[in-house]
Amino acid sequence: MIHKFSLNGYNIILDVYSGAVHVVDDLTFRLVDFTDENMTPQVPAKAYDALSEYSAEDIDSAYAELFEIFNRGQLHAADDYEKFADMMINASVKSMCLNISHDCNLACEYCFASKGGFGGERCLMSGETARKAIDFLIERSVGRRNLEVDFFGGEPLMNFDVVRKTVEYARSKEAEYGKNFRFTITTNGLLLDDDKIDFINREMHNCVLSIDGRREVNDRLRLDWGGKGCHDRILPKFKKLVALRGDKDYYARATYTRYNLDFTNDIMYLYEQGFDQLSEEPVVSDPKLDFSIQESDLPRIFEEYETLAKKLIEMKKAGERINFFHFMIDLDQGPCAIRRLRGCSCGNEYVAVTPQGDIFPCHQFVGHDEWKMGNLNDGTFNTDIKKKFARTTIYNKRKCRECWARFYCSGGCNAINNEKNGSILEPYGLYCEMEKKRLECAIMMQAALAD
Amino acid sequence: MKHIKTLNNANLKESAVKGGCGECQASCQSACKTSCTVANQKCEK
Repeated sequence: MIHKFSLNGYNIILDVYSGAVHVVDDLTFRLVDFTDENMTPQVPAKAYDALSEYSAEDIDSAYAELFEIFNRGQLHAADDYEKFADMMINASVKSMCLNISHDCNLACEYCFASKGGFGGERCLMSGETARKAIDFLIERSVGRRNLEVDFFGGEPLMNFDVVRKTVEYARSKEAEYGKNFRFTITTNGLLLDDDKIDFINREMHNCVLSIDGRREVNDRLRLDWGGKGCHDRILPKFKKLVALRGDKDYYARATYTRYNLDFTNDIMYLYEQGFDQLSEEPVVSDPKLDFSIQESDLPRIFEEYETLAKKLIEMKKAGERINFFHFMIDLDQGPCAIRRLRGCSCGNEYVAVTPQGDIFPCHQFVGHDEWKMGNLNDGTFNTDIKKKFARTTIYNKRKCRECWARFYCSGGCNAINNEKNGSILEPYGLYCEMEKKRLECAIMMQAALAD
Repeated sequence: MKHIKTLNNANLKESAVKGGCGECQASCQSACKTSCTVANQKCEK
C-alpha cells in the first residue's frame, strides 16, 4: 500500500509497510499510479499514453528509479506484521494516570471531566490510595523498568501534598524493584508558587501547562467559578516555571475550538511569550455545543494546519527553536512496528485510577461503570477487560485495515471511538481526518527541512 | 537518483524483528490530554 500526496510544492510517496518516505518529481508522482506489488522492469504501455507530455526517455528513467526502490523493498512492500498483533495480550501494566484530584479551581466550559468532578462527588485522592496505586503499578509491571505516572484530574495542584508524597514513595521503591519512574503533571497553573515550581522542575520528567493562547481566546472558555478568565494569572507563573526548567520537557498546551480555527495565531502568541514546546489540541466536547468542532469545519482546519506547518518551516530554517507536538515525527527512530500496532495501550499497559481507588482503562472511561476494571482496596482487576483492550490493534479495527496512516496513528482514541461509535474498535472519522492531515503536514515538513 | 529522493532508512520491517521490548512510553491518544500518536514517540533503545 502506498499513500501519495502533494503539499506545499512537495510530491510525497509514503510506502506504508516499509515506512519509506520518497519525495518525487511530478512525472514520478503520476507514474507511480502505473505500478503495483507485481511490477516488472517493463514500463506499462498505457503509461506512455497517459503521460504523453513527457519524453519516453524521461518516463523510462523515472520508472527505472521506481523499480529500483521497489527492489529495495521501499515501494509496495508487503504487510507482514499481523503475526505480531497478539504479542501484547499478556503485557504488563506500566503506565498510570493518577486522578489525584476530582475537583478543580477552574470551570472551563469545554472540560471533558465535567469541570473537574467527572460527574461525581468532588474529592481528592488520599495519600493511602496513591500509595496503593504505586504498589499496584510496581506489582503489575513485571519485566518493565520504565514506568509512567501522570498526575491528572481535575487539578492536581489542589492536592499537591499527596503529589509530593507519592513521588517520594515511588522513588523510595525504585532501587528495590528495579524501576525507573517518570512523572508527568498537567496543570491549569493557578496554584503554582515557587515551591511547587521547584518540585515540578526537579521531579517531573514532563509537565503540561494548560493555556489556550491569546488572552481573548483563553479567557472565553478557561474561566474560574466566578466567570473570570485566568490568562493574566497563569501566564507569569508558567513563564517562571519554564524559565527555571532548563532542558527538561514541557508543553504549553492549548485547546482549540470552533471559536479559534485560526489557532496558528495562538501558537505564535505563546511562542512570543517564551514557550517553544507547543501543543494544540482540538476540543473534545458534546457536538451540540456552540464551540464544538463539526465536520464542516474540516476544510478550514486543514488549511490552518498547512498554514502552521509552513510557518514552522520558515522559522526553523531561520534557526528558531520551536517544536509543535503534533508535527513531531522521526522517520527513522520512531517506535518499532510492534509498538505501532497497538497505539495507546489503554486498558492494557495503561490504566487510570480515581480517588476512590477504582481502576479504569483510561481517564476518559472514568465514571462509566460498565468499563470499571477493578478497585485497589479489594484487589480486583478484571483481566478479561484487559484482554479485550489488548486486542484493540490496527488489525482488529476494520477501518484501520485500509488506512495508510495506521502505523503512525495506531487506531485512534478508544474512548472516543466508543463514545461516538459505540465500539472501541470503530475509529471516529472526524479525528481520523484531523490526524491524517497532521501526519501529512509532519511528513511534508521533514521533506522541506531536508531541502 | 534524479527523480526520487528517499528521506529515510525505511526500517519498519527491521524494527519488527528487533523490537517489542515494551519500554517506550504508553501514549494517550485523547485530545483531552496531550494526545500522542506513536508518531510522536521515540524508541527507548
